[in-house]
Amino acid sequence: MDFLRFLPYLFIMAGVTYLIRVIPFLLINKKIENKFINSFLYYIPYTVLASMTFPAILYATGNIISAAFGFLTAIFISFKGNGLLPVAIGACASVLISELIMTIF
Amino acid sequence: MSLKKGLEDGIPIALGYFSVSIAFGLMAVQCGCTWIEALLISFTNLTSAGQFAGVTVIAGMGSYIEMAVTQLVINSRYALMGIALSQKTDSKFHGLWRAVLGFAITDEIFAVAIGHDSEIGRRYFAGLAFFPIIGWSAGTLCGSVLGNIMPDIVTNALGIALYGMFIAVVVPKAKENVHVLIVVCIAVAVSSALYYIPIFSVISSGFSIILCAVAASVAGAILFPVDEKEAE
Repeated sequence: MDFLRFLPYLFIMAGVTYLIRVIPFLLINKKIENKFINSFLYYIPYTVLASMTFPAILYATGNIISAAFGFLTAIFISFKGNGLLPVAIGACASVLISELIMTIF
Repeated sequence: MSLKKGLEDGIPIALGYFSVSIAFGLMAVQCGCTWIEALLISFTNLTSAGQFAGVTVIAGMGSYIEMAVTQLVINSRYALMGIALSQKTDSKFHGLWRAVLGFAITDEIFAVAIGHDSEIGRRYFAGLAFFPIIGWSAGTLCGSVLGNIMPDIVTNALGIALYGMFIAVVVPKAKENVHVLIVVCIAVAVSSALYYIPIFSVISSGFSIILCAVAASVAGAILFPVDEKEAE
């Protein structure tokens, strides 16, 4: 897109993200006591990632069938206790293989 | 812990980031960004979920408010990590050092740093962040430049890599904690409802993520308040 229209978006994105990281790190040294806020913040990473992933993951590849295979593979591999890299590679490989099979038949 | 130890610990994170950010580079180009723009986003943001949602906002020419609120909600977990890190740093890791190195708080860097028993020093943390920043930027560059010449079947497969990374964060926690599992299911249910029920199609994908995450987390905080011990 046009670079001058892009720059404000970049500035807002990077600025907000930076301030979220640094302000609490820089200023807060005591523990937060409010149980509701603590609980809310505790669940936030997982609810954000979950709602970004589903159902969008089903439309992330060439077709919904290969995407579903990739999704199930990722859940299976991470359920077995593997980390970031094996899960990401396994999901990609699963999509690749299922699309290859569908191309052949 | 030394700079060298930090650099070593950062290598596996950097490899993971490289492969996943190829997918981000591809997606950014599909959303209308040039390779320079994609690279700038990765170099200045260093975050998967936020960037992913950010380019969606850019592609839809969303408002600046939508962009700011999307980033605020999606990345609010970093505030929590910053607070946790601030309890564990050594006495020299303060002030300007925190302002500079705080930029590199990500899910994986945080997880590795907080996992050590000893205090976290500024040298170690700087070393830890170094290769992941390079890996994330270099992968984005590769994805955005090579995206056009890669066959569809490869780009399709890489399209799922980011989601694989998200799943790798959620599943282990949902496996060990049934409250997290239930709250995650609520988020997925709300997200599916917003996606598939036609009347909600007016809601942009950025705000949809915010709505789902806030609704599910509030439900979690009411139904299953977290003890301090459990949070650690």
